Amino acid sequence: MSIELINIWYVVAAALFVFGLKQLGSPATAVRGNMLSSLGMLIAVAATLFNSEIVSFQWIVIAALIGGLVGAVVAQKIAMTSMPEMVALFNGSGGIASLLVGWAALYSGDTSTFTDITILVSVVIGGITFSGSILAWGKLSEVMNSAAIVFGAQRFVNAMILIALIGCGVMFCQDPSVDSPYLYGVIVLSLVFGVMAVLPIGGADMPVVISLLNSYSGLAACAAGFAINNNILIVAGSMVGAAGIILTNIMCKAMNRSLGNVLFSGFGAVKQASKVEGEVKPINTEDAFLILEAAQSVSFVPGYGMAVAQAQHVVRELGEMLEANGAEVTYAIHPVAGRMPGHMNVLLAEANVPYDQLVEMEDINPRIDNVDVAVVIGANDVVNPAARNDENSPIYGMPIINVDQARTVFVLKRSMASGFSGVDNPLFFGENTRMLFGDAKDSISSVVAEFKT
Amino acid sequence: MEAVLLGLVLMLSIFLGFELISKVPATLHTPLMSGANAISGITIVGALISAGAEINEYATLLGALAVMFAAVNVVGGYLVTNRMLSMFKKKENDQPGARK
Repeated sequence: MSIELINIWYVVAAALFVFGLKQLGSPATAVRGNMLSSLGMLIAVAATLFNSEIVSFQWIVIAALIGGLVGAVVAQKIAMTSMPEMVALFNGSGGIASLLVGWAALYSGDTSTFTDITILVSVVIGGITFSGSILAWGKLSEVMNSAAIVFGAQRFVNAMILIALIGCGVMFCQDPSVDSPYLYGVIVLSLVFGVMAVLPIGGADMPVVISLLNSYSGLAACAAGFAINNNILIVAGSMVGAAGIILTNIMCKAMNRSLGNVLFSGFGAVKQASKVEGEVKPINTEDAFLILEAAQSVSFVPGYGMAVAQAQHVVRELGEMLEANGAEVTYAIHPVAGRMPGHMNVLLAEANVPYDQLVEMEDINPRIDNVDVAVVIGANDVVNPAARNDENSPIYGMPIINVDQARTVFVLKRSMASGFSGVDNPLFFGENTRMLFGDAKDSISSVVAEFKT
Repeated sequence: MEAVLLGLVLMLSIFLGFELISKVPATLHTPLMSGANAISGITIVGALISAGAEINEYATLLGALAVMFAAVNVVGGYLVTNRMLSMFKKKENDQPGARK
């Protein structure tokens, strides 16, 4: 196939990516959208294989088989609760692939300075994406401590790494060659920088990191496209880059923080919240059952704790029983609940909750005072009224689900320890709040058992 | 001139990406992210050329590794997105006469 014909197929592939992404925007068409986008990928790959530069297929077949097999097995086996760390790993593998493509492009003999710079950019972004994603995976899968790690000279160290990185890049462009020591310098420094960039971000800020790394993996592919002069890489890569930036922006807005604030300061390191004191009113499962049985309208507010307790299935069971009992049941989901954008929606969909019962924060808040019982399951910051009332709170200004304005609030909580970000929550001492202590899954199971008797 | 044209393509695609994504409901954020992530595996196209062009053994090795990682990204990304999306169901979807 001539290069022109291949490029025409690339245009077809790009169009399929565009339609695919467009249809991913609505639950009714999303499955088809994903199919279209994968068809686009198939066309792009198939057309490339007809490129006359490719003379040997041996390594391609072996590598593609190994990679495809690993990807397929992992994608089928992974539990839905482990989705955030898996998305991080896939991001990382895309990043390292772009790094390698940029590196290999050095051997092609095109030595204009523009090409050298784009090769460096793809190596740097690819490297940052790779090591950053691996660290994010470590934090999300709790292989390591998931909290933000901040140390005094952090900014200074990061600035030094950045300066060294730019220095190595400039030196490399003076005398570009495949065995230039500065090339290795750039690779190592970008890997180190990726780790340093994710270290100070932790816990509840992880959705921002995941969507940002997603954006980087697209930008890395885009830069690799410039390095090898390939349109489809530029088009697809930059669309993904833009999509990732939008998601990042949505996540930041949902926490009322700027991107810079999330990236550079560890959470809660700035201010000390006013101490909240009061008496909590515990409730047992029998009383909880009686209140729920009488309720006309129930709203579940899940958070990361629901994922940890694997409680989504019993929650759905309880929801169905309440519906059968005549109550209106909704699931109110905060944009940053969980560890990645849309985390709770996926878990509840897995448990067969129909997506028209999943409501967003803006939809539930105006009618929250008509909700008889709001059941908070493993969520803390996203329902913390201090975000509205307490100017000293580190989360002040963050939009929250106003469960404290519902008629009754049940908070399912393991014990009285403070939440992930270490912020005290006045909700627990509220007049209409009842605490249901214990494992969320066990608590809900016993309420369900009460319904059955 | 080549660089300018590529730059134009870049700019238009970024705008297109912004337009396409900005109205996606929060329910679909995760599948959207993993679907977009699978598209970023497009770097496999560059990897294929490096792995098959037989420039020298280093380039082939780098290319083959890149093909492997990108294939994980592409195949895994699409499959897991599909798996997630097939779980999203509308209420009483499959029953005849279901209310819409």
